[in-house]
Amino acid sequence: MSTPYPLALQVNGAEHRLEAALGDTLLTVLRDALALTGAKRGCNQGVCGACTVLADGEPVRACLTLAHECAGREIVTIEGAAGRAQALQEAFVETGAVQCGFCSPGMILTAAAMLERTPRPSADEVRAGLSGNLCRCSGYRKIVDAVLRAAETGAP
Amino acid sequence: MLHGALLGSPHAHARIKSYDVSAARAAPGVHCVLTGEDFGDHRMGAFIKDEHAIAKGKVRYVGEPVAAVAAETEAQARAAARLVEVEYEELPAVLTPEEALAPGAALVHAELASYFKVFEAVCGGNVCSRTELAEGDVEQGFRESDLVVEGRYRTQPQAHVSLEPCGALAEVDAAGRVTLWSANQSVFRVQANVCESLGLPMSRLRCLTPRVGAGFGNKMEAHVQPIVVKLALATGRPVKLVLSREEDFEIVRARHPFDLRVRTGVKRDGTFVAREVEVLLDGGAYADDSPGVLGYSLLMARGPYRIPHARCRGTLVYTNKLRFGAFRGFGNPQVSFATETQIDEIAAQLGIDPVEIRRKNALGADDRWFGGQALASNGLRECIDVAERESGWPARGAIRAAPGKRRAMGFACTAHIGGLLGTGAIVRMLEDGTVVLNTGAVDIGQGSDTVLTQIVAEALRLPLEQVSVASPDTDGSPYNWGTTASRVTYTTGRAVLAAAREVERQAKAHAAEMLECAEADLELLPGGVVGVKGVPGKTLPFVAISARAHWRKGGPIVGTHTWVFDQPTVDPKRAVAVGLPFPQIGVYSFGALAVEVEVDETTGKVAVLRAWTVADVGRAINRAAVEGQLEGAFAQGLGFALAEELVFDGPRLVNPTLMDYKVPTSLEVPYALHAHIVEHAEPDGPFGAKGVGEIGINVVAAAIANAVAAATGARLRELPLTAERVLGGLLQREAEAG
Repeated sequence: MSTPYPLALQVNGAEHRLEAALGDTLLTVLRDALALTGAKRGCNQGVCGACTVLADGEPVRACLTLAHECAGREIVTIEGAAGRAQALQEAFVETGAVQCGFCSPGMILTAAAMLERTPRPSADEVRAGLSGNLCRCSGYRKIVDAVLRAAETGAP
Repeated sequence: MLHGALLGSPHAHARIKSYDVSAARAAPGVHCVLTGEDFGDHRMGAFIKDEHAIAKGKVRYVGEPVAAVAAETEAQARAAARLVEVEYEELPAVLTPEEALAPGAALVHAELASYFKVFEAVCGGNVCSRTELAEGDVEQGFRESDLVVEGRYRTQPQAHVSLEPCGALAEVDAAGRVTLWSANQSVFRVQANVCESLGLPMSRLRCLTPRVGAGFGNKMEAHVQPIVVKLALATGRPVKLVLSREEDFEIVRARHPFDLRVRTGVKRDGTFVAREVEVLLDGGAYADDSPGVLGYSLLMARGPYRIPHARCRGTLVYTNKLRFGAFRGFGNPQVSFATETQIDEIAAQLGIDPVEIRRKNALGADDRWFGGQALASNGLRECIDVAERESGWPARGAIRAAPGKRRAMGFACTAHIGGLLGTGAIVRMLEDGTVVLNTGAVDIGQGSDTVLTQIVAEALRLPLEQVSVASPDTDGSPYNWGTTASRVTYTTGRAVLAAAREVERQAKAHAAEMLECAEADLELLPGGVVGVKGVPGKTLPFVAISARAHWRKGGPIVGTHTWVFDQPTVDPKRAVAVGLPFPQIGVYSFGALAVEVEVDETTGKVAVLRAWTVADVGRAINRAAVEGQLEGAFAQGLGFALAEELVFDGPRLVNPTLMDYKVPTSLEVPYALHAHIVEHAEPDGPFGAKGVGEIGINVVAAAIANAVAAATGARLRELPLTAERVLGGLLQREAEAG
C-alpha cells in the first residue's frame, strides 16, 4: 500500500504529475503533495464534510476517496473556486457565514454543486443539501442565508 | 519535517513498571521514541499543578499518552508507537465521584497535598476542590417560604468537537530556542504550560498561532504542545503532530458531568426567598480548569434573580477518566438546567406564568450579583421583554400541533461574566500612516480580529483597510490571558481603545508643533487626518506626522496599554466564600431565550421549531459577529439538550467518532433561529461593549426542557433529552392520568 505509483491528476484546471501510494487518499495528496490545504481533515471518516471537493462537478469526501480513483476526473478545490463557488464565497463573507472557516470550503463546494442542480432552492432545500457538512461555530442560519443570497445573485 | 504519534494507555489506573522501546526505535523511519522516563518531574496545571507532559510513573485514564514517537512519516510514527511495550501493574480505578469518595477508595493523586496550587484549595483524598458561596441565612429563608421545591438533576459529559482537531508543530533553532505553532486559544497559556511541564525557561519558547478551527474551551489549556516540543528538542528536527478525531475525543478534555441538588423556597405570590444548591463534579484525572468551573457554577447558581438567602456548595472529585475542563458556559449550562427548570416547576405549582415569575424576581439596576458585586449595566428585563414579545409568548395557547404531535414553548433567563485576567495592546503607526494592532488575542473564529480592528479604526477615524492585526506571538505581543471566558471584546477591546487614544495623543502632539497651534484645538478627521477645529484646509495627514516622528523628532508613534480587571467578585461584608478560585471576574451580560418545540408522541423525539435568543451585550461592535455567537451557542446548546453525550463503558469512551457522537446538523437547528441584541452600555466597556461568547448556550437545555414539560407534562431532570427519555416521561404521565 505504501509503494508509490505515478498518477496524473487534473486539479483546478491544471494537470499534476506526481506519485502516490495506492492507499493514499485524495485529501492526503491534495494537502501534502499539492499544498492545496483548503480541503480540511476534520474527521478523516467521511462524516464532517470539511474535506469536500468536486469531482466532475459532484461533491466527494476527499478523505474517503483514493487518489488513484481520481485519475481522469476533473477535481475542483476551494482554491479553484470560480463561477457559482466564487459567488458563494462572496455571499458567505457578506452574510457573516464564516466564523472559524474550517467548514467553509466544504460547505461552499457542496452548495455550488447543489445550486447547479437546483438553482433556486428553498431554505429547507438548502438545509437538506448541507446536512452532510458539519459546522460547530454557527447555527447554520447564516450559512443557509448565504446560499440563498448566492442563488439570487446567480452565477457571475 | 518529522511527524509525531502517541501511544495511549489501555488502563484507567496502573503503575508503569517498565518500558521496552527497542522495537519502536528500530522501526523504519523512526528518529526518536520518548516515554515518561525522558521527561523530568515537572508538572503543569492552571489551578493545581498535577499533570506531567506525558504519563510518568502511572497512568490515570484510558488513552493517556504514555509514549511518543517522531518518524519520517505519520504512518511510520503511528506504526512505531504501537511497538512500544509498556509493563503495567493495574490499580483499582475510581470511575465515578461516588466511587472516588467511598472510604478506602484508590487515590488518583496520592501526592495531592504536595502539589503547587494557585488558590487556597480545600482538597484531600480524591477531593480536588471544595467551594462554598453563601449570602443571607438560608435556613431562615426556607422557614419564611410558603413553598419549597427541590430536585436532583444530572447533566452529561459533552465534547467540544472543534472541527479542527488539536495539533502542534515545533522547531528548534541552532541556539536551542524553540518556536511552536499550535491550535490554541492563548499563545501565553501554551507558553506557560509547555515551560512548566518541561522545566524550560519561558524566554526559550516562542509560541505562535496560525488560523484556528474553533476552540470552545478545548484549546485553552495544553494538549499535545509539550510532547511535540520535547520531540523537537530530542531530534533537533521540526516535528508536527495532529490528533486524529478519535484521539481528540479521548485525550484532550470535555464538559463536566454534574450531579445537582437544588432547593428553592418562595412566597405564595412567587417572590423568591431562599436557594440551596449542592453540586458534585466529576473532574476526571487532572484538575485542569475544573476548580474554576466549580467556583463559577456556584456563582451562577442563584441565577439573575433576587434571592436574599442562598447557599451553594460544591465538590470536585478526581476520577480515572479523561479530564473535564473549560467548555463554553463554564458550568453555567449545567446549573442553569437545574435552576431554570426548577423555576418552571415553581411557577406551575403557584399558577404563575413562567415569564411573569422571572420578571418579578429579576435583578434590577440597583441589585447586586450573588457575592455582592454591583451591576454597572443590566439589560435583563429588556431581554425578557424582547424574548416574550418576539416569540409571541402570550399567544402560545393558540399553538396547534398535527395529530400525533405536541407543541409548546419554553422560556429561561441567564447571565454571564466576562473580563477575567490581564491583557494588553500595542497600536503602532507605520511610516505611511497606516496602523498595525498587536494584542496577542487569538481569533478562534468568533471574530475578535475584526472587532478589535473596528475599535482602532473608529478611534482613529481610519478606514478599516488601513488597520491590520498582527498574529499572536509571545515574542512580540503583549500578554493576553486568552480567548476564553467571554472576555476579548471587553478586556482586550478596552486595552485597544486606550492604546489607540494614546496614538491619537501622540499624533496630535506632533501636529500641534507642526501646525503651531494648541493640541486642544486639534481634532481627528476621517481618513487618517489631523486638522485644526473650525479651520478648513489646516490639516495634516498621518503620513506626514508619522514621517516626522520616524525621522526627525520624537520617535515613532506607538500607543500601548495594559490592564487587569480588579473589581472584587465577592464582597466579604455581604457574602461568605470558601475555595473560590477567581477573586475578580468581570462584568455582567444578560440574556433570555424562548423556544418552541414539537414532540412526537409515538417516538418521543423532540424537534426545536423556532427559537428567539436575546442578549444584552452592552454595545454590539459587530452585529453579525454577535448574532453568530448567539446562533452558534444556541446550536451547541441544542446538541447538549437533545443528543450529545460522551458515553463511557466502564473506563472506556465508546463513542469517540462523529459517527457515534452526534452534533447538530443543519436539519436539527431550526432556520427560524432569531438572535436579538439588547444594548445596555457597560460604562467602562469599549464603546459600551461587554461579552457575548458564552451567554447564548447557558439556558438552551433548560428552555427546551421547559418546553418539553409544557408539551408533555413530563418534567425531565436528566440530560440529554433523548427520544427514549421523553417517551418514557410521556408514557409515565399517561399511566398516572389513568
